[in-house]
Amino acid sequence: MIAEAGLATLWIAGALSLLQLFLGASALRPGGEALMRTVRPVAAAQAALVAIAFLALIQLFLRTDLSVALVAANSHSAKPWLFKFAGTWGNHEGSMLLWVTILGLAGGAVALLERSINERTLIATLAAQAAIGLGFYAFLLFASNPFERLSPAPAQGQGLNPLLQDLGLAFHPPTLYIGYVGISVAFSFAVGALITRDVGPAFARAMRPWVLGAWIFLTLGITAGSYWAYYELGWGGWWFWDPVENASLMPWLAATALLHSVTVLATRDSLRAWTVMLAVVAFSMSMVGTFLVRSGILTSVHAFAVDPQRGAFILLLLALYIGGALALFGLRVGTVKEGATFEPVSREGALVANNLLLSVILGIVLVGTLYPLGAEAVTGEKLSVGPPYFNSAAGPVALLLIAIMAAGPLIRWRRDQGREVLQRIALPVLLAAIVLFLVILLVPGIRILPLLGLVLAAGTAAASVAPLWKRNLRRTPLFTWGMVIAHLGIAVSLAGMASEAAFTKETLIAARIGQTARVGPWEIRLDAVDPIAGPNWTANEATLTARRGTSEPFVMTPQARMFSSPPTETSEAAIATSADGQLYTVVGKPDAEGRWQLRLWWKPFVTLIWFGGGLIALGGLLSIIGRVRRERKPKWDEVYA
Amino acid sequence: MRRLVLWVPLVVFLIFVATVAIGLYKPSERTIRSQMIGKQIPAFALPEAVPGKPALGSDALTSGEPRLLNVFASWCVPCIAEAPQLMELARRGVPIDAIAIRDRPEDVAKFLGRWGDPYQRIGSDRDSSVQLAMGSSGVPETFVIDGKGVIRYQHIGDIRPEHLPAILRAFEAAQ
Amino acid sequence: MRLLLIAAMAAVPAPVWADSLIPPAEYAYRQLPDPKLEAKAAALMHTLRCLVCQGQSIADSDAEMAGDMRAMVRRRIEAGESPEQIRAWLIERYGNWVSYAPPVEPVTWPLWAAPILLIGAGLYLARGRFRRKPR
Repeated sequence: MIAEAGLATLWIAGALSLLQLFLGASALRPGGEALMRTVRPVAAAQAALVAIAFLALIQLFLRTDLSVALVAANSHSAKPWLFKFAGTWGNHEGSMLLWVTILGLAGGAVALLERSINERTLIATLAAQAAIGLGFYAFLLFASNPFERLSPAPAQGQGLNPLLQDLGLAFHPPTLYIGYVGISVAFSFAVGALITRDVGPAFARAMRPWVLGAWIFLTLGITAGSYWAYYELGWGGWWFWDPVENASLMPWLAATALLHSVTVLATRDSLRAWTVMLAVVAFSMSMVGTFLVRSGILTSVHAFAVDPQRGAFILLLLALYIGGALALFGLRVGTVKEGATFEPVSREGALVANNLLLSVILGIVLVGTLYPLGAEAVTGEKLSVGPPYFNSAAGPVALLLIAIMAAGPLIRWRRDQGREVLQRIALPVLLAAIVLFLVILLVPGIRILPLLGLVLAAGTAAASVAPLWKRNLRRTPLFTWGMVIAHLGIAVSLAGMASEAAFTKETLIAARIGQTARVGPWEIRLDAVDPIAGPNWTANEATLTARRGTSEPFVMTPQARMFSSPPTETSEAAIATSADGQLYTVVGKPDAEGRWQLRLWWKPFVTLIWFGGGLIALGGLLSIIGRVRRERKPKWDEVYA
Repeated sequence: MRRLVLWVPLVVFLIFVATVAIGLYKPSERTIRSQMIGKQIPAFALPEAVPGKPALGSDALTSGEPRLLNVFASWCVPCIAEAPQLMELARRGVPIDAIAIRDRPEDVAKFLGRWGDPYQRIGSDRDSSVQLAMGSSGVPETFVIDGKGVIRYQHIGDIRPEHLPAILRAFEAAQ
Repeated sequence: MRLLLIAAMAAVPAPVWADSLIPPAEYAYRQLPDPKLEAKAAALMHTLRCLVCQGQSIADSDAEMAGDMRAMVRRRIEAGESPEQIRAWLIERYGNWVSYAPPVEPVTWPLWAAPILLIGAGLYLARGRFRRKPR
């Protein structure tokens, strides 16, 4: 019953999406004004119905209704309820339904909450959002039905892979999806504004909170994903420029550029064409990312279940939506009047440089990710493009970008003097120079990129709090705090990355019981290796005692686990976090002489990477609260004057 | 000029779609072919894999006659599947040598006893060094090597009955 | 200094049926005694692709063949070969695919030119944004 109700609700939501598009398009024609009032309610209704359909699927998973094919293939009655719940989106059909649900909910939220924009532009936006939804509804209903029945229902489900029962793996997708799909609102706004030729400050102010919201989730999703890969994979790597990782990074780069561009448009009425373009590019990158990871055309260690047929459908949707938006761009943007001009040394100039460099990094990541595919298509030769390329090509550009980010908030709008800017950043530059001197002195063999990273991180951290200097902190707007904290987060993250690259120490050793190994300042003694058993696994658990200098020793217990169904081996790292870094230990197999392989890493300050990511998201949150409050203020005054 | 520039993103996007569509419809082979095809087999001298069976060195492969070189292991499941086809090739008079990867003598002996022994010589490659030197990327693989020791053909994966004609053709061509 | 212990969960699974019974090669999981040589070897291993994995370097993979490749790299570095020589040897056998550092050859000129071309294109597009300084 629930499955049929869910499917019916999904159909109706799809129909409402079509209606929303039709009403929106008709309302924009001359003579169609009467229909304008109908569009918002339809969008809200669509949101409600698609949410109900998704709730229905959740119900089916929580109850482990094995007569539904999707549940039978991906769930199991013995799974803990939390993982049954998360299993709803842990498969292709469920995750596509989640995609469409967030798309609908975002459209509904815009319909209900957005009051500050020209009504025609809003209608066009909702129509665009409906158009995007239609393609995905069609995909779901005709090619990936989540509610399909299985008859006869099997006695038990197949989805009890213990490796998939992990909190990080379970909740990483929704966080990223809210970001991926949330940025569709920006795309729809851009398309809507192009249709009604309404690209201006009001449009930018309206779009800004939506961009911020999606961007916060993308930041959190990528940060969480990086940490999860770091402790999961057992080798301590936090980023590999893997195609799936790149697929999540590209929308973030575009959204960051969009975020800054929208502020320029909102406050200075400049960069109209750039802003619209970035909005289109950001969601395009979301769709491209979804396509790349589901189609199977790129090999990845994070590979999802792949299906070229489904990939082809998504490619078709991609071609339609992005092609359509870019064609509209070509046609209409020429008629969008340019806004105010500004001089090269100005806040606007710095933001243009920011947009430029972010777009260049985005381009490098895109080219590098797709190059093996393109080269093979043209020449038949296989090649690999990995960290050496991305680090050497994108790294210097990123460092330049961060330097500009450090100075940017200290430059005046419209026109500023180079000399005065240099005065304002003198202290941060001095700090950077001191760090440069110290690091070269204390770490003679350091490589150039980590060195520059450390130096820049120090200077940027100082420069990012500089806007608060000499201000009354209690009267500083919340969104200024947001900017400060977000930029500080970047500096902190950079410091973590540079530190990890420069100072990580690694020791591999085949140790006997009782033997001691050294890694960095630590002494690790292998006390014992014991067989232990868990609910569905057996493992060799090593007991290690770690001590640094004269401090209290403590125990760490990494495990090498064996599961029986399916037969797989995994490694459970034991990680100890202290104020200045993480000790990361892994136990492997015994060798012929009964010695145990131990892999030990000392990673100074590596946690700063993700702590910085959290700060960036926090900065975004403060900004969005600050902006929304600021937008609302005049209304309060009207009401209470 | 500005007008034209505005259409660049769309053009770039269409190129992207075309590239990716090619990737979808002509999916790339996931296997890594050896680049040593057409080149001389590297010099090596492996110890015997099974007592009683002659060991394998590269000079045995430059005997003046083409030979098949099968890279296998007793712990490799698809190698069991291709054993009948190898026996068939041996029956038809194709000389086959083998390299056993990361194998112990007792396991190789058990494997041959159970699934048949089409080989004239078997070399034991305990650390995959000859496998790496030949550009082989896994087990099982089969190479056709001509009389002068030049690698002429590589078959990746287990040999199924439908692959026999191609292998025999390559063998004939190497004469 | 307070210490937080985080015991972490599963890693990339290794299917068990495809393993040999022979233990890993000596230098698959053992570092070279000379730290400078080990650093050279480690740097190289992070840029060589595992032949039997889904997109990992040989430094990051537990596959046996990756272990044998690591052992080979370490032995050769110890014997005095340069990382570039070892990379070239592997490329000679497996093609450019085995190296994560793409070569600088005609087939990859667009790849290496991309950053410069992109910056150039961006500068060209941005040139119209700025107001000319008044005379």
